[in-house]
Amino acid sequence: MAHTLAEKILLNHTDADDLAPGDIISVRCDLVLANDVSGPVAFNAMERMAADRVFDPDKVVMVADHFMPAKDIRSAELQKRLREWSLEQGVHFFDQGRGGIEHAVLIEEGFVVPGMVIPGGDSHTCTYGAVGAFGTGLGSTDIAGCLALGEFWQSVPGTILVELTGSRRRCVGGKDVILAVLAEIGVDGGNDAVLEFVGPGAATLTMDDRRAVSNMAVETGAETGLFPADEVTEAYLEGRTEMPWNKEQSDPDAEFTKRLQIDLDALGPLVARPPSPGDVAAVTEVTGRKVDQVYVGNCANGTITDLRQVAEVLGGRKVHRGTRAIIVPSSQQVYRQAMEEGLLEIFAAAGAVVSTPTCGACFGGHMGILAPGETAVATTNRNFVGRMGSDRARVYLANAWVAAAAAVTGEIVDPLELLEEGAR
Amino acid sequence: MIIKGRAVIIPDANVNTDVLYPGPYLNIDDPEQMKLYLFEGLDPSLRDRLGGRTVLVVGHNFGGGSSREHVPLAMKAWGIGAVIGRSFARIFYRNCINLGLPAIACTEAVDAAAHDSKIRIVAEEGKVEVDGSSFPTSPLPPFVIKMIQGGGLVEYVRRRLEEESEK
Ligand code: SF4
Repeated sequence: MAHTLAEKILLNHTDADDLAPGDIISVRCDLVLANDVSGPVAFNAMERMAADRVFDPDKVVMVADHFMPAKDIRSAELQKRLREWSLEQGVHFFDQGRGGIEHAVLIEEGFVVPGMVIPGGDSHTCTYGAVGAFGTGLGSTDIAGCLALGEFWQSVPGTILVELTGSRRRCVGGKDVILAVLAEIGVDGGNDAVLEFVGPGAATLTMDDRRAVSNMAVETGAETGLFPADEVTEAYLEGRTEMPWNKEQSDPDAEFTKRLQIDLDALGPLVARPPSPGDVAAVTEVTGRKVDQVYVGNCANGTITDLRQVAEVLGGRKVHRGTRAIIVPSSQQVYRQAMEEGLLEIFAAAGAVVSTPTCGACFGGHMGILAPGETAVATTNRNFVGRMGSDRARVYLANAWVAAAAAVTGEIVDPLELLEEGAR
Repeated sequence: MIIKGRAVIIPDANVNTDVLYPGPYLNIDDPEQMKLYLFEGLDPSLRDRLGGRTVLVVGHNFGGGSSREHVPLAMKAWGIGAVIGRSFARIFYRNCINLGLPAIACTEAVDAAAHDSKIRIVAEEGKVEVDGSSFPTSPLPPFVIKMIQGGGLVEYVRRRLEEESEK
């Protein structure tokens, strides 16, 4: 029987002889992830399960990232528990100063290869789809089950095939590709499905672009967002991991629940208007909005690629007097690379704040919270009511060029215009 | 399994877990404390309707976004017995099932219910009653019923581990 890539991966991780969308199966985990927020809640559940050991310490990764560095006593207690638990269980643990945001860390440190199944106690675990892995977000009790047994129940999802044609124009990135998908199918269009990105346009996307795309698959309701492994994947994994993997793809005659086409040649920079990632508009439709804060960071768009884009805009320019800019490298690796390339110097000279890698204000935790009435442009993935602070603040989601251009001008502008003006 | 309770209504579509339980309170891991912040970003006054036996009646694609289990944990801590909705986002749905909190899709029942309507659910049969009128829905999958009746995933894993250690 013909299968999609997602079905093939799941079939490799279950005892069932065959499967079809809607079947409920038990799936084996290759890696289990949790953080300082989902981890301790999972440990509580594990205690109630009377499970004292994890199924395989080498297949478990814990990352302190949400309230890291500890925001207050309660956060410090959670991180203390995460640290002590991790040490006692002998699992991989990324503490302050050693890791960064979980989904950046796992990909960059070579924990993820194509074909893996990775449940994580965080909805953006779908980011691993960028590397061709079935990464999927689960709640803490689910994660406790994964930690104890090394498996979880799963209803087999259908697949929405997204065919990308053409190639990226200037000032257009992975963020715009996934926003274009959200414009098409909305915040519920991916329910009970995975997204799969194929076609000549997909081949032109770098790994950092793909991470931005897969990261927001969950914003459509999808389980994960898969890029079948190709040369880009191979080049990225070179030197990062010794784990074996192969270039699996969907069968040509596999059944897809839906097919979409996105022409990259016709795609300009987009934004998602508050308060929904699904309210997508061209940046040119919202130019002129005053911006109080710009936030570049998070597990989707805090990569070295994003930081280079910001530097391209901020280099030789200043952050606008009426605007604050916060730049958060997503991992210690990215932070150090940015330092080496002189990007941090450019940011500081422009009057931007550079923070340690952390989830920080992305989820309204700390380090950049918005006041009532304020507007932000952020490269993050959610702009829900209250997501970055006050429930009367507004967040526009956009790529790093758009965010940086807003930092310079104090309002939403087309970054291309700003850059061309500078070139003149 | 029969569940009864007073309806508490959240009519909007696409209500996400961020407004149901905002990020600043994620540094809490005790459900009795989580309880105090349920619905905080949506309408804190909704909490005044909770207490005693209640059933939450919600709109389309309820519970999208973050995987934070704080939402159903806080719901359970309030004694909410079930969630009836037009439809659910996946992770929220899973979390409910794993915690033994039935989440049932039944559009007609949602249409019929108002605050304080009397709700009665026969989960196995997929039957939902609102103020005495009965609305059929597709019965929950057998796997899901087993999970809920067995006390959720915690009990399921505990039994599995016990069986394995006896072998
Ligand atoms: S950066 Fe934001 S979206 Fe990503 S894991 Fe952290 S809180 Fe979640």
